[in-house]
Amino acid sequence: MTEPLLAIAGLRGGYGAVEVLRGVDLRVDAGEIVALLGSNGAGKSTLINMVCGLIAKSAGQVSFAGRDISRARSAGIVAAGLIQVPEGRRIFPNLTVRENLELGAYLRGRAQQAQNLDRVMSIFPRLSERTRQLAGTLSGGEQQMLALGRALMSEPRLLILDEPSLGLSPLLVEEMFAMIGELHRQGLSILLVEQNVPLSLDIAQRAYVLENGEIRFTGLPAELLASPELKRAYLGI
Amino acid sequence: MLSILFPSLLNGVATGAIYALIALGLTLIYGVLHIVNFAHGAALMVALYGVYFLFTAWHVDPYLALPIMIVAMFCFGYGLQRFVIGRASHGKDEYILLVTLGIAIILENLALALFRSDTHSIDTAYTLATVDVFGALIALPKLIAFFGALAVSSALLLLIGRTQLGRAIRAVAREKQGARVVGIDVEHIYAMSFGIGMACLGAAACFLLPAYYVNPLVGNGFVLIAFTIVVLGGMGSFAGALIGGLIVGVVESLGGLWLGESLGQIGIFVIFIAVLLFRPQGLFGQKGA
Repeated sequence: MTEPLLAIAGLRGGYGAVEVLRGVDLRVDAGEIVALLGSNGAGKSTLINMVCGLIAKSAGQVSFAGRDISRARSAGIVAAGLIQVPEGRRIFPNLTVRENLELGAYLRGRAQQAQNLDRVMSIFPRLSERTRQLAGTLSGGEQQMLALGRALMSEPRLLILDEPSLGLSPLLVEEMFAMIGELHRQGLSILLVEQNVPLSLDIAQRAYVLENGEIRFTGLPAELLASPELKRAYLGI
Repeated sequence: MLSILFPSLLNGVATGAIYALIALGLTLIYGVLHIVNFAHGAALMVALYGVYFLFTAWHVDPYLALPIMIVAMFCFGYGLQRFVIGRASHGKDEYILLVTLGIAIILENLALALFRSDTHSIDTAYTLATVDVFGALIALPKLIAFFGALAVSSALLLLIGRTQLGRAIRAVAREKQGARVVGIDVEHIYAMSFGIGMACLGAAACFLLPAYYVNPLVGNGFVLIAFTIVVLGGMGSFAGALIGGLIVGVVESLGGLWLGESLGQIGIFVIFIAVLLFRPQGLFGQKGA
């Protein structure tokens, strides 16, 4: 068995006295696209932020590409190629589109930056028309594209997408998922955190369901969809 | 009338450029760390003593001391933010406020203990030199201060506007979480911003001392004016600090001309109150920003 790209074991932690995660195990293999599902408040974003070194963990191990990153700082984790597109996009509204993208490659060299910029512009032609516009003046869909583009500038080995469909119109959601599928087909490993269950299960190869800080299901999307109890209990469909 | 108005205007603009430089540092720190740095005046005093001792002990000309003071004050500011303010404040804005206030008190009293409350000035070959500018006589140090302050301010604006560091500073100012996600070390950027703000004071001290004086409480007068400029121009706005500084310098100078030196600053506060009444976000500030 090959070594997983991302391996999370027994992850626990929370905010102050409130424990949000109570021992989470999760794994993403190289080249895989995995969905992490769960209702609001299940702890999905907490899990992501803990893995990315933005929140302290109280226990557990995280390894990425064979390296233990349990104690690494967020900048080191980004440098290793574990990149997240955060919930709510978190783009820089007071900077231009181009500056936002350039900061995506903050930890890469100047030459890499230029090269990645060309690539991202070709993936998102709509952004390339607006390089000098302030990011805060973009539409919601464009901002989500910018957030995704900024993450691609960082040269991800694993891309974690936290609720990429949040706040987008149904048409844009379809477009966003099509783009995620395309990025995966080009070889990118993806961990997709979503509330949009049908579309996520459509493009995911495996799925996890997180509930009350614990993983309640792990398996193939077809298994999840085939079980009415699971669907009712955890996915609300 | 015109014969005294023009020199007064020139003097005001020259003083205003120094004010602007001091206010730029303050507004940068406010914009990025979202705190009002109460230690700003005390830090300016430290910088002035630095220039004073470089001159008296090692005969370093104040203008040649510029690179030394910029680097020294930058390091002072970086270390202060990274190892004292950042550590002691635990990320809470109200704590940071108190920590900077505490630093101000410590620095001022250290200076009082070490240097006594005597006022010192330096005597250079050009201290009393004057230059004829279109018929108006202006002190040479003031003229140098004007161009020097503008040059340093322009360099700062280029740094913030055009470099990778500047982009990171602006990114952290508005979107801390987003900055962490792209791998920016937010604590480092905080300290860099604080250091750059202090470096502005180092530069201001070099331009100021040849025509001014230093004592342990000298910073207080400047910091009050700098706060006024920052609010007048718009909290966190660089253009606002620059224009606001020049406006305040001119208003103070003209006020001194008509009302006498002691009442000269009234005009500043009249404008200040008017801005608060009619444009509370400041001249260049954004509403709700």
